[in-house]
Amino acid sequence: MTTAVLDGRTIELDADGHMANRSEWTEEVARDLARQEGIEELTERHWLVIHFMRKEFEAKGDAPSIRKLTKESGVATKELYQLFPKGPAKKSAKIAGLPKPKGCI
Amino acid sequence: MSATTPQPIEKVSIVVSKGSLEGVYPGLIMANGARMEGMDASLFFTFFGLDAIIDKRMDHLKVATVGNPAMHIPTVLGAIPGMSAFATGKMKKEMEKLDIPPVREFLEMIHDAGGDLWACKATVDMFHLSMNDFCPQVDGIISVGEFYEKAAGGQIVFT
Repeated sequence: MTTAVLDGRTIELDADGHMANRSEWTEEVARDLARQEGIEELTERHWLVIHFMRKEFEAKGDAPSIRKLTKESGVATKELYQLFPKGPAKKSAKIAGLPKPKGCI
Repeated sequence: MSATTPQPIEKVSIVVSKGSLEGVYPGLIMANGARMEGMDASLFFTFFGLDAIIDKRMDHLKVATVGNPAMHIPTVLGAIPGMSAFATGKMKKEMEKLDIPPVREFLEMIHDAGGDLWACKATVDMFHLSMNDFCPQVDGIISVGEFYEKAAGGQIVFT
């Protein structure tokens, strides 16, 4: 089990490098995770996606598909890829303190 | 044996050559999945695969119920009128449950995600088609040579 120092705390990571325990997540932790992913500043639109991801995960036990994400969060596919370049589903899940999404879509 | 970890795939060019529902979806799922992983992705539609981007046909793709042993029904039953429509309806319902969008919406998604869509020139000429026949997301009509140029440095997947 690897760890990372996020927001000044030592936090456990899973095999994919995502947070092992999502209850340790705070918005400060998210900012540190985002910086690691090359996103210097989390805008209101980023937060909208991150909070939607967390809400969906709490309800369903898995991160939403890109299709669900675009349809229900109100952030279109194009913008999602601008907000989280190189893989919005995976990156937003990581920043939201969630495991890597399991779905194919 | 090298001890270094293999280089991740950074780019895929996927050829869609079949026009049945089950012939088209694997390519779309793989292209969308590639973009989700941050890889460059492009789709090249050739032969009957062009039906997936022909505006008038793309919403009416059908599952092949004849000549498909994996359907596990006798060929003569598969040939009964309405059988293909029935199988298509069933498959579409299952896909909707998994949040797999219809072909048109899926292509829009892939296009908005930054994936390219190309039509094969040889087939376009053979079927007497033009850009006007395609959905607006299609980036252009290219020759096989141009396809290979665009695929340079990546992996090619034939479906």
